[in-house]
Amino acid sequence: MNAIKLETNAYSLFYGKFRALEDISLKIPEKQVTAIIGPSGCGKSTFLRTFNRMNDLIPGVRTEGQALLDGEDIFSMDVVALRQRVGMVFQKPNPFPKSIFDNVAYGPRVNGIRDKKALDEIVETSLRGAALWNEVKDNLGKSGLALSGGQQQRLCIARALAVKPSVILMDEPAASLDPIATQRIEELIRQLVEEYTIVIVTHNMQQAGRVSDYTAFFFTDESRTGKLVEFNLTRKIFTNPQDKRTEDYITGRFG
Amino acid sequence: MQNKLQVDKAVRTVLLISASLSIVIVVSIFIFIFRSSLPAFKEFGVQGLLGELTWRPANGSFGILAMIVGSVMVTLMALVIGVPLAIATAIFLAEIAPRGVQAVVRPAVQLLAGIPSVVYGLFGMVVLVPLIRRIPVAGNSGYGLLSAAIVLAVMILPTITSISEDAIRAVPRAYTEASLALGATHLQTIFQVLLPAGKSGIVAALILGIGRALGETMAMIMVIGNSVILPAPLNDNPLTVFLSQARTLTGNIAVEINYASGLHASALFATGVVLFMLIMIVNVSAHAFLNRSNALAN
Ligand SMILES: Nc1ncnc2c1ncn2[C@@H]1O[C@H](COP(=O)(O)OP(=O)(O)OP(=O)(O)O)[C@@H](O)[C@H]1O
Ligand SMILES: [Mg+2]
Repeated sequence: MNAIKLETNAYSLFYGKFRALEDISLKIPEKQVTAIIGPSGCGKSTFLRTFNRMNDLIPGVRTEGQALLDGEDIFSMDVVALRQRVGMVFQKPNPFPKSIFDNVAYGPRVNGIRDKKALDEIVETSLRGAALWNEVKDNLGKSGLALSGGQQQRLCIARALAVKPSVILMDEPAASLDPIATQRIEELIRQLVEEYTIVIVTHNMQQAGRVSDYTAFFFTDESRTGKLVEFNLTRKIFTNPQDKRTEDYITGRFG
Repeated sequence: MQNKLQVDKAVRTVLLISASLSIVIVVSIFIFIFRSSLPAFKEFGVQGLLGELTWRPANGSFGILAMIVGSVMVTLMALVIGVPLAIATAIFLAEIAPRGVQAVVRPAVQLLAGIPSVVYGLFGMVVLVPLIRRIPVAGNSGYGLLSAAIVLAVMILPTITSISEDAIRAVPRAYTEASLALGATHLQTIFQVLLPAGKSGIVAALILGIGRALGETMAMIMVIGNSVILPAPLNDNPLTVFLSQARTLTGNIAVEINYASGLHASALFATGVVLFMLIMIVNVSAHAFLNRSNALAN
């Protein structure tokens, strides 16, 4: 198994009084795709947003336990520095109402890169990395919003790559895309994992099976508190689940 | 069924008429003012009215250039003072202030919008003018562009603030999240994402503010001094131009219309036409600006 990139120990999260996640201990290996699956409301997004501290934006959120990036405590890091190391792609493509170039250059610019040549290079590398360069290279001045949904999502991936993170979090990145655009994103994820650690939330079992190396299955009962049921190689989760609930879920008996 | 369709059609007609009414009103006001100004335009020509500095009705001189400059200058100065303040307040209210502070600041700003302009004028006369009179420059009466611009800045503050605040709040949350997730700070997010994305609303706020400033009458009459002069520095220091008295287009009409007749009255209507045009120019250029930047964004 690869080195551990992300880790939580006895991690719980509360929205005010409501406990959304309980006692999650999980080790996410470096340069692998880890899928997080589970029924709606079981806390997948909440868990994912722990690693770039997007939950900080929500008033009243409190955590217990540890969350680590490369062995360092995430909650004591400078949040801006953390988000440069841990990028995120959202469910709905959300390019800024700016040109394609300015979208990709946004991260480097806010991080202080002003040099035009350096920016040109980062934009090209990032767009190539997101398999979008050939489609947009003659139109970098065009608005990001003028692209198709699938292209917009790849633009958002390029925008995340431009900050040079080592981890990319993806929250249902293909949920709003058609099958062909989805397939392109999945292929892209397999390419990106050569260099990045990827954690992806998905509702789509086939997708988890196709793109991920490891799978974590979250579940929740009447309490609505999310718990980790099982974590293993995706292959094993799908062929030989240890827990009855995992088996029921992946065979489609609920969810 | 037949009945339902007829009701539907009747409602549509009523709505259409209501909507058309405002167009009819604007057009008829313009026609009325324009027609009343025609004698003056025929007598003196556009150049004789808009290009001449001397306004001396008794001698038959009706140049309104000095008033055009006065109106434009006091409006620009009010914008320079008021817009940064208004946008800063809007950002503060939309993004930074905790709920408790918002609950105090927002009603206070809105209250400013409800104060009648004559009260602003009084405040300017009683508080501002004596303060500015203390600036030791020969010929400084306290009445003039600076006092007027400060009063005007406060008057346009609530409009610009609340519309800009709405514009900032209307920016989709997804943009904020995307920006923060890329390692931007809150302030970077405000200035590089929220303000640009809210630009059209903010420009709309500015247009309304400019319209209000150009149209303000009573408060201006009370503090700007009303001398028909081209604003000029009071001494060698060019900054003293801001202490100069002036007269606005609106003030010109309001001060003289009661006793004006004949060509004099017609020239006052011409002043109104110019005011109308100025506001049109502001609106049209703002739309042009927005169309251009929207073309870039889409
Ligand atoms: N901002 C919030 N305030 C309060 N409760 C929240 C908030 N966000 C999420 N929750 C609650 O936390 C629980 C987990 O939500 P979360 O969005 O993480 O689930 P999820 O597994 O991602 O669901 P889905 O598959 O529908 O996206 C849910 O019960 C949800 O109602
Ligand atoms: Mg979710």
